[in-house]
Amino acid sequence: MLLDSKVPSGPLEEKWDRHRFEQKLVNPANKRKFNIIVVGTGLAGASASASLAELGYNVKTFCIQDSPRRAHSIAAQGGINAAKNYSNDGDSVWRLFYDTIKGGDFRAREANVYRLAQLSLNIIDQCVAQGVPFARDYGGLLANRSFGGAQVSRTFYARGQTGQQLLLGAYSALMRQVASGKVTLFPRRELLDIIVINEQARGIVVRNLINGELESYEAHAVLICTGGYSNVFFLSTNAMGANVSACFRAYKKGALFANPCFTQIHPTCIPVHGVYQSKLTLMSESLRNDGRVWVPKNIGDKRNPKQISESDRDYYLENKYPSFGNLVPRDVASRNAKEQCDMGKGVSDTGLAVYLDFADAIKRDGKDTISKKYGNLFEMYEKITGDNPYETPMMIYPATHYTMGGLWVDYNLMTTIPGLFALGEANFSDHGANRLGASALMQGLADGYFIIPYTLSAYLAGNSFPEVSTSNADFKESVNNCSVQIQKLLSIKGKRTVNDIHRQLGHIMWDYCGMSRKDSGLTKARIAVNDLKLEFWENITITGKENNFNQALENAIRVSDYLEFAELMIIDAIERQESCGCHFNEAYQTEDGEARRNDETFCHVGAWEYSEENENPIFHKEPLLFENVKLTQRSYK
Amino acid sequence: MIKNINLTLKIWRQDAPDKEGRFETYEANEISTDISFLEMLDIVNEKLIIEGKDIIAFDNDCREGICGMCGAVINGRPHGPQRGTTLCQLHMRHFSDNEVIIIEPFRAAPFKVIKDLVVDRGSLDELIKTYGYISVNTGGAPDGNAIPIPEEIAEKAMDAASCIGCGACVASCPNASAMLFVGAKVSHLSLLPQGKIEAARRVLAMVKKADNIGFGNCTNEKECEVTCPKQVSIENIARLNREFIKACFCSTAK
Ligand SMILES: Cc1cc2nc3c(=O)[nH]c(=O)nc-3n(C[C@H](O)[C@H](O)[C@H](O)COP(=O)(O)OP(=O)(O)OC[C@H]3O[C@@H](n4cnc5c(N)ncnc54)[C@H](O)[C@@H]3O)c2cc1C
Ligand code: FES
Repeated sequence: MLLDSKVPSGPLEEKWDRHRFEQKLVNPANKRKFNIIVVGTGLAGASASASLAELGYNVKTFCIQDSPRRAHSIAAQGGINAAKNYSNDGDSVWRLFYDTIKGGDFRAREANVYRLAQLSLNIIDQCVAQGVPFARDYGGLLANRSFGGAQVSRTFYARGQTGQQLLLGAYSALMRQVASGKVTLFPRRELLDIIVINEQARGIVVRNLINGELESYEAHAVLICTGGYSNVFFLSTNAMGANVSACFRAYKKGALFANPCFTQIHPTCIPVHGVYQSKLTLMSESLRNDGRVWVPKNIGDKRNPKQISESDRDYYLENKYPSFGNLVPRDVASRNAKEQCDMGKGVSDTGLAVYLDFADAIKRDGKDTISKKYGNLFEMYEKITGDNPYETPMMIYPATHYTMGGLWVDYNLMTTIPGLFALGEANFSDHGANRLGASALMQGLADGYFIIPYTLSAYLAGNSFPEVSTSNADFKESVNNCSVQIQKLLSIKGKRTVNDIHRQLGHIMWDYCGMSRKDSGLTKARIAVNDLKLEFWENITITGKENNFNQALENAIRVSDYLEFAELMIIDAIERQESCGCHFNEAYQTEDGEARRNDETFCHVGAWEYSEENENPIFHKEPLLFENVKLTQRSYK
Repeated sequence: MIKNINLTLKIWRQDAPDKEGRFETYEANEISTDISFLEMLDIVNEKLIIEGKDIIAFDNDCREGICGMCGAVINGRPHGPQRGTTLCQLHMRHFSDNEVIIIEPFRAAPFKVIKDLVVDRGSLDELIKTYGYISVNTGGAPDGNAIPIPEEIAEKAMDAASCIGCGACVASCPNASAMLFVGAKVSHLSLLPQGKIEAARRVLAMVKKADNIGFGNCTNEKECEVTCPKQVSIENIARLNREFIKACFCSTAK
């Protein structure tokens, strides 16, 4: 299979404009003849649904939650980047582009990233027009802050609830289209299969989570906007319902899965406290703007942090990276925290935590200023831990947070299945091997508001579509297969709960396919995951009925896909014999312990094609060409 | 301080919307006070699965207090005893050993029980669908800084916009009124210059819709404000009333 990225020719700055001009358009009167399915209502799905409906397409929008407003984008705290240069501190589209490419450790497509930086300007305008209450300064203009990995202030924010406000903006645009009749909403539905007819994506099968019915829907194109798969690690900052199922089932239907091993570990999360923990909570990394990260200088120094004098503290990020200090990119910050804890300098009862200290910031700016910036985060921290961060330093530790890997898409956001598109975190996207803070929100909205309306129209205008209905045999067969799988799950009646297996999977992945990886560990993990998968299918137990609201069953379906997907992640991690961004293979590091890329051999996207059950997937490469930036070793010193 | 406590839970069980419900009693033993309320329910559910029993259904997703998916009535209070806290953010350190905890779904006529603690809050989406937005299509928006907005106005709008749509306000109100929810949306949008243009139409449409759905009226019980996990103030209801009167008497909107 030849992976054609369909990147337009011409100078970088002109590619998107030229591409838009060269695209075929759908006649306005014909738009209403096309049905579009959008799966997911996060920033990507909600913005795409609204924008496509505004153009006149008939949109059917699906989500797992009871309301589209609850998609996990709602939880994003810190902010959204845009190259507005309102701060006059040297930002530009080019700089945002460059920062994103470099932050991604040169494993993303230049043309996509440049387009993202260009569109960032429009996103802010669009959101302001919708009524998103971004923070403002006293003159009434939009306020900015700097965010991990950037030396300019380009991050727009709405307190610590930026994702919520952006999503409510997109959701309100979506609901306006529901009111106009152009969008039909299908909440509490979970995608189980993609229907491909004549090599075109023509529909989906979903489970109605209220009554358990398997429902079929037909369309001329399907958009997967189902978010990321961090929950393969069991504990992550993602919502409980986050899953890989939609993407994985698309993969099984022939869509290539790109860079599955690229997963991001976020440096500032509340540390794990016990075995019954169900998820991890992120503390926005905007906290690193004012908080100082440190550990005791001496191993085993268990004194109360207040009693540890300045000279006995190691502000290891500031010392090691004088120019970026506490603002180094996430992968660097995370690995350094792990390194300190591995050396025995970790704090808290578990030894798996470092301090994030606001004492200096409070002294400098006053408690009011700090509380205005981070008040709700401090409150959240106190609620969870019972400690007050105004008084005592926060404790943080890295946790899985974001997945750069995802369905392979070309410049038009189309997967290798014609008519199947992937947007937002679900695609392998623009972040290469590491995503910079505040750029996922930007990407989700760029994909949904400003890219898909053009590229989907071109697809619809340029293809013919045979008549398809849900009574078609392909739908029937799929419904049947899904139903067989569900009954099989319910009939196992073994001894272990699904959560128990999922937790074990999480441990395997965290230990061997997490922050740092070794070939030997990965090989071991692959065997362990396989054994666990076998055990799952023999020994789980689920209660409740098939045709009822059944959360145990929902969870089992998701975990069954995670178990298969975990192996793909491991295979991908073994394949990539280099370190880059978040993929850190211990065999490839510089003398200072930084990731060492191998641009000769691995400057490509690794994309996997499903073959057959229990067979190795087939590997494909999309070479990455850098015509506008020079590949350099990242340095944040 | 981590410690373990034993609890007796009386939980509302209802198999389906049209089935009758009942309270059932469960023992939750050796519960660490460091875990969250929902994690405590997870433990009870894990045990039920092993015993081959149907698990207690409860909605939740982000477990960070922001998606608005979780919620149940704990000892008579939606989201439980702690102010400004969603159920998922409530921790067991606020309960004591041997306590009896009564757990029920949000109760209000417009919220039908789907199963156990899960209710249908689609009526809140209906309200937003009825003009809970600014009519702006994608593309063609002016520069974000074209209209300066005084900082204190932006902050007020943000206060109102922080509503998470969980429905606890409705569940806590003796009239099952959605005034705080509607008031928050009307305030958020009508405070901002972008939203002022349609302010009159919006407020009339949303109030009418709330009546049609069967949400009650506000009689100043103020339960909603006490219950709201995001501490959205009833000042927003006052603003809603003002906007409503203004729209009735000073605009041509119907
Ligand atoms: C705690 C946290 C904080 C973050 N903070 C920031 C930040 O400050 N800045 C930033 O840029 N990024 C941040 N991110 C990342 C960013 O929020 C996400 O990458 C982004 O919001 C993903 O948006 P999305 O539209 O792709 O998917 P999501 O918002 O995850 O939406 C997924 C949608 O798909 C639906 N869905 C999923 N699976 C199925 C299925 N099988 N069937 C049917 N529907 C399905 C869900 O119901 C949901 O509607 C943060 C992420 C987390 C977890
Ligand atoms: S689960 Fe999201 S608010 Fe509680």
